[in-house]
Amino acid sequence: MAPTIALAGNPNSGKTTLFNALTGARQHVGNYPGVTVEKKEGTYSDQRGQIHIVDLPGTYSLTAYSLEEVVARDYLVDENPRVVINIVDASNLERNLYLTLQFLEMGIPVCIALNMMDVAKNRGVSIDSDKLSDILNIPVVPTIARSGMGKKELMASAFWLTRRNEQPSPLNISYGDDVDPVLEKMTRDIRKPGLLQGRYLPRWVALKYLENDEQVISLGRKENPEVSNQLEERVARLADHLKRTLSTYPEAVIADHRYGYIRSLIRQGVISMEGDQDRLHLSDKIDRVVTHRFLGPIMMAAVLFGLYHVTFTFSETPVGWLEGFFGWLGGMVDANLADGLFKSLITAGIIDGVGGVLGFVPLIMLMFFGISILQDSGYLARVAFMLDRVFRVFGLHGASVMAFIVSGGIAGGCAVPGVMATRTLKSPKERLATLLTVPFMNCGAKLPVFALLVGAFLSEGRAGAMFLITVISWGGALLVARLLRSTAIRGESTPFVMELPPYRFPTFKGLLIHTWERTWQYIKKAGTIILSISVLLWAMMTFPGLSEPETEVYNNAREALMAAEGPSVMAELESQTAPETLSESAVTLNAQLASLDAQQAEARLKNSIAGRIGTALEPVSRLAGFDWRTNIALVGGFAAKEVVVSTLGTAYSLGEVDTGESGSLGDVLSASPAWSPLVAWSLIIFIIFYAPCFVAVVCIAREAGSWKWGAFSMLFNTLLAFTLAVAVFQIGSALGF
Amino acid sequence: MQPINMRRMKKHQSGTITAITADGELGRRIRDMGLIPGAHVKIQGRAPLYDPVALRVMGFTLTLRNSEADFIEVEVD
Repeated sequence: MAPTIALAGNPNSGKTTLFNALTGARQHVGNYPGVTVEKKEGTYSDQRGQIHIVDLPGTYSLTAYSLEEVVARDYLVDENPRVVINIVDASNLERNLYLTLQFLEMGIPVCIALNMMDVAKNRGVSIDSDKLSDILNIPVVPTIARSGMGKKELMASAFWLTRRNEQPSPLNISYGDDVDPVLEKMTRDIRKPGLLQGRYLPRWVALKYLENDEQVISLGRKENPEVSNQLEERVARLADHLKRTLSTYPEAVIADHRYGYIRSLIRQGVISMEGDQDRLHLSDKIDRVVTHRFLGPIMMAAVLFGLYHVTFTFSETPVGWLEGFFGWLGGMVDANLADGLFKSLITAGIIDGVGGVLGFVPLIMLMFFGISILQDSGYLARVAFMLDRVFRVFGLHGASVMAFIVSGGIAGGCAVPGVMATRTLKSPKERLATLLTVPFMNCGAKLPVFALLVGAFLSEGRAGAMFLITVISWGGALLVARLLRSTAIRGESTPFVMELPPYRFPTFKGLLIHTWERTWQYIKKAGTIILSISVLLWAMMTFPGLSEPETEVYNNAREALMAAEGPSVMAELESQTAPETLSESAVTLNAQLASLDAQQAEARLKNSIAGRIGTALEPVSRLAGFDWRTNIALVGGFAAKEVVVSTLGTAYSLGEVDTGESGSLGDVLSASPAWSPLVAWSLIIFIIFYAPCFVAVVCIAREAGSWKWGAFSMLFNTLLAFTLAVAVFQIGSALGF
Repeated sequence: MQPINMRRMKKHQSGTITAITADGELGRRIRDMGLIPGAHVKIQGRAPLYDPVALRVMGFTLTLRNSEADFIEVEVD
C-alpha cells in the first residue's frame, strides 16, 4: 500500500496550490468523520512509486479552540501519517514556524516546503534553507507552488523520510525559569502512570495541561481522574504565581517562548534582509484604494453586483439547455408511454424533480467560480473587513454578505448556492446563523409568485411593492439572525482576528478544481436524497386520486357533451385540423371538454394527500386569510417555490398554468371574493419566510452537519412565516383594509 | 512613554506591544498570530466604519475588532 503523508500549514501559505500541483486531478473531497471540515485526499506518483496525500485544514496553531485545529491534531495522532509536509510561507517565516515548532514538539517527522521563495525575494528577504534545515534537523526544500518549482525535490525528501525507520526525537524548547521546573515535574507525573500513553508524548500532554487545552484535559480526566487532578493543581499553582508576579498566564508564557525560540533561530543567519522592510508592498498600495473609506464601499458594491450579475446572466443559457433537454425528455416519455400513474411518476416525479435540481448546476458552477476568484485573490477578506461592523450588530460576520447576495439579496438569486457559499465563513456560530437566514432572501423561484400577486392586486405600485419585498426579506433575515444568535446559537462572537493576505492572481487550475469539487458534491446529492423527496412530493400531490364512481361522473359528463354535439363534430376534433379552421360547435365542445378536464384535475388535487392536508389546515390558515387552494399551493411550494403558481392554477381549475403567463390566473384571483390586496400581502409575507424548498433544506442539513438544522429551518421558518402572516392579516382586517 | 490601548492608536502610528491582557480563546488567537509582548506593530488603516483595524506585524497584515484591540497595550514609537 502507498504510504500516507499529510500536508499541513497556515492558511494563505499556498497549501492548496501545492496540493493541486502534487496531485493534479487525482483528488477526492470528503469530510472528516462527524464534522463539516472538508477532507481532501489525493495521490502523487513518480518513478519511485506512489504516495497518498491528505490535505489537512489550514491552521495557525494546534490548540483545541477551533474545529480545524482539533481535526488536524486528531488526524496526526490517530492516523499516524508517515511524514508531515509542513508548507511554510517564506515571506512570512516567523509566524509560519510557530506551527512548525508545534509539530516538532509532538515528535512527528516533518519536512518543510519553504514556499513563495519568489515573493520573499521580491521583498528583499533571502532565506538560507540549508541553515534552517541544520538548526531544526529536518529537510527544508525551497518551492514555488504556483509554478511547481521544487515539487520533485520535495517529494524526494518525503520518500526518503517515509523509508526511514527511526522516529525523530521531539523538540524540547525551554519555557523559562517559572514554567520549566513545573513542566518537568508534570512530565514525570504523567510518565509514571503512563497517562494517555501511546497516544501522546508525556511532555506534550504536560504542555497541553499548561495551555489549558480542554480536549486533552478531559481525556486525561476520563483515563485517570486522580493524576489529572494532581496535574491541574500544579497548573493552578503556577497560574496563580504568574498572575501575582508577572500578571500573565501560563499559555502566554509558552507562546512568548515559542516565538523567542523562533527569533533566536532566525538570528543565527537564516534570514538576511535588504532594503527598507517597512516600505509599502504592492498589496498595501492596492488596499489604500480598495479599502478606502469612500471608494472601498463603492467598489465593493460594484464587485458584489458584478458577481451576482455574471452568475445569473451567464447561467441563463446553459440552464435553458438543461430545461430544454428535460422538457424534451418529458415529451418523449409523454408520447411513448400509456397514460397512467407510471407515466405520471416518470414525468412529474422523476424527470421534473431531477431536472429541476440539475437545473441549478450551471448556477452553482458559475457562482463558485466567481467566489473562488474573490477568495483566492484575497478580496473576500477585504469584504469581511469592511462589512464586519455592520453584520456584527446582528451576530453575523462580515463575510456573511456573500451568501445573502447570492441567495437573492439582490432579487433573483438562489438559496442553494447561497447556502453553499457560507463555506467561506470560518466562525462556526456566525456561519450557522447565516446558513439559517439566507433562505429568507428573494430567490428567483419566489419572484413569479410575487409577480403574480403584485400584478393582480398591487398593480399601481408595482416597482415600490417589489422594493418593499426586498427590504422586508433583508430586515427579516438580519433580525432573525440576531434572534438566533441570542437564543438557539447563543454565545460570544468568534474573535475576528484575521489575516489580510496579500493580493494574488488565482491560478486557473485551482479555480477549476474548486468549482468542480463543489458542483460534483451537489450533483451527488441530487442523485439520492433529492430524487426520493421529489418522488415523495409527487405521491402527495397524486394519491389517492379520485374513486371510480367520482371518475365515472366526469366520464359521463364528457360523453354527454360529446353525444349532444353528434359524431361529425367529434370527427372534426379528432382529425386535428388547425384551430382556426374548426367550426363553431367544435370550438365550443373543445372548450367545454377542457374545462371539464380542469375541474377533474381540481377535484383530484383536492382529494390528494396534499389536498387533504390543505383542506384540514383551512380552519387554521384562515387566520392568515388563506383558503385550502392556497394551502395546497404552499405545500407544493416546498418542492420548488415556482410550483406555487402552477398549483394555484390547478386548484382554480385553470388546467396547466405556465409560470411565465399567469395573467389569466391573476384575473381569476383578483375577481375571487376570497382574495384581497390584504390577503396578497399576507401571502407574500408567508412566502418570504416559510420553509425553504427541499433542495435548500438538504443543503442546509449538509452544510450544518446535522439533519436537526434542516428540520429546524423547515419548522421554525414556517412557524415564523405563519405568525407574521396572521399578524399582517389580522391587523390589516382590524384596520379595515 | 506611557503605553496606550491599541484602540486609541492612529493610522500609520507604530509601536511595540507591552502587554496582552486577554486569556482564553481570544488571547490564544491573538498570540498565535504573532501579537506578543515585544512585537513591533504599525496601524495600516481602519475599515470605513472605523472598526475593525488593520495592522502590520511580522511583515503581514492582520485585522482585529476594536473590542479585541482593547486587550493590547502598546508603547508608541
